[in-house]
Amino acid sequence: MTTQPLNTPPLDTPAAPPRPPRRALRLPVGRAALWLFVGLACFLSVVPFYLMFVWASLPTDQIFLVPPHLWFGGAVVENFHKMMNATSGMALRQFWNSLYISMLSTATTLFFCSLAGFAFAMYEFKGKAYLFGFILLTMLIPPLVMDIPSFLVMNNFLHWIGTPKTLWVPGMANAFGIFLMRQYIMSALPKSLIEAARLDGATEFGIFTKVVVPLIRPILATLGVVTFVGSWNNFKGALIMKLSEDNTMTLPLSLRKITGGATNINADWGATLMMVVLTVIPLLIIFLFASRQVISGLTSGAVKD
Amino acid sequence: MSDRANLTSSSPPRSAWSYARFQQRLAPYVFTSPFFILFLIFGLFPLGFSLFLAFHLWNPLDGLGNWKFVGWENFALALGPSDQFWVALKHTIWIGLLSGIPQHLVALPLAFVIHQFLRRWQSAVSTVLFLPYITNAVAITIVFGMLYSEHLGLLNYLLHLVGLGPVRWLALPQLVPYSVAAVVFWRYVGWNVILYLSGLQAISEDVYEAATVDGASPWQKFWYITLPLLRPMMFYAFTLTIVGNMQLFEEPFIMTGQGGGSGGAALTSAMHIFNTAFRDLDMGYASAMSWLLFLAIFVLSMVNNYLFSRDGGRDV
Repeated sequence: MTTQPLNTPPLDTPAAPPRPPRRALRLPVGRAALWLFVGLACFLSVVPFYLMFVWASLPTDQIFLVPPHLWFGGAVVENFHKMMNATSGMALRQFWNSLYISMLSTATTLFFCSLAGFAFAMYEFKGKAYLFGFILLTMLIPPLVMDIPSFLVMNNFLHWIGTPKTLWVPGMANAFGIFLMRQYIMSALPKSLIEAARLDGATEFGIFTKVVVPLIRPILATLGVVTFVGSWNNFKGALIMKLSEDNTMTLPLSLRKITGGATNINADWGATLMMVVLTVIPLLIIFLFASRQVISGLTSGAVKD
Repeated sequence: MSDRANLTSSSPPRSAWSYARFQQRLAPYVFTSPFFILFLIFGLFPLGFSLFLAFHLWNPLDGLGNWKFVGWENFALALGPSDQFWVALKHTIWIGLLSGIPQHLVALPLAFVIHQFLRRWQSAVSTVLFLPYITNAVAITIVFGMLYSEHLGLLNYLLHLVGLGPVRWLALPQLVPYSVAAVVFWRYVGWNVILYLSGLQAISEDVYEAATVDGASPWQKFWYITLPLLRPMMFYAFTLTIVGNMQLFEEPFIMTGQGGGSGGAALTSAMHIFNTAFRDLDMGYASAMSWLLFLAIFVLSMVNNYLFSRDGGRDV
């Protein structure tokens, strides 16, 4: 390649320099077609969310009607009770299980990844290039290859099966997080800042907590949301690690249990849809607060080279 | 000068100074060590164990040590004609193509249009399109399952309105791959739009201006400027799609059940490996298949790499 087109946009700003106004498209028909294209894409992205909320508010016998009912009903409380019954009263406990695992996973990932990213960005030390290269190399391992051996380690060596630890401990310091943090810290913090703190008598760890952490909040938010969402949505992991008791389950597992598969027409759909909403709401809340930060942070960090 | 040297080497400050230097030297190793410790326990050791198991016959209930060496037998069994390995791999690739190709065919023009003509709406639109990506697969797959319902689903109702009979979206083995692929498409098309948008933003405006001066049409600009300059991003996006689609698990698993639905039409490699390991408890065989799948992912990534680098020199 003769040119390097992706020469590193600034990491935290969604590159938007003022640009000269564009010539409007000549044909109004063409412009309408463009709007239609984008509008349809947005519509299709949102419709399933709308439907899940509508359905969760309908009594079970109105969810599947011909012609379909497409506006909200009054069965929210009823469906909530049904959901509690269908999970032997454990639905909120399961919500908490998911939350607990996701929060622990997020907190530890942010701490260990930023610490390591800081080290790789700001220190010179023997073997640095090899260690970092090794971390990048581990990103090539498809997660699928790890499923069986990690189950066996948890089952036969650590005896952790069925506990939340299986889901958050292994990922505490992960290659993607370290990479993202290093890229950001390298581009956002000058080394002189570290030197100055050192002259003021700060310890190395003190520099990290008092100088570095406050300055990398944007990328911490990005990695935090990504980690939280990934952990919250981790269905396969919970399935493999057998968090299968009513009181140890995470929400996605419980959701699958009460439907017994998506094609089961006899399931209580009011209860199911209420749990679908319960599963999706935290994601929507987090995302609506942080979407811009996440989108810009993710794409800029992920596609450097 | 010599005074200064004396000062630093005189006793009380010296020990403080060397402590500072000591912890400064040690710090990077301490700070990066969590990754390596975790990787040793939860990465390297399991990987080695998995490779070891691939050459053994073992039921984990029999306990450690009670495995039987079988050589290449597990691999031979997977690659032989009798097993579902090939069938599942075929399903995986088929569903991967059905969802992956349209993803990029839609995402690239969509990103281009948003970038070119809807600049003021860009961040709002990309937020909306990104929404499916973060959603819980189980939850959204259940919603799609309801849409696909044969007699009562919304999809067949819409078909009914235009006078078409009900379609058995999740019951006909020929249709199931399409139904599953549609969900995968829905979940990831926005993610690709975001990738392409950030690629487009990185292309300098000057190039377009120069082309305008030379009298290039919008179509020519797209074809001769945007596409070539977007190649690195396309390569990255394609790679992610390939690696992700080859490990497809949750959507078909929830939508069609553990066996892949009627005729097993949506049984992907990841599901087959999961069933072999955790339902049939044949850990050695499942490990061997997971390494074969790794190999398949690697080969496809290399093909992708080759296709992108082949005429990579022919740039603007």
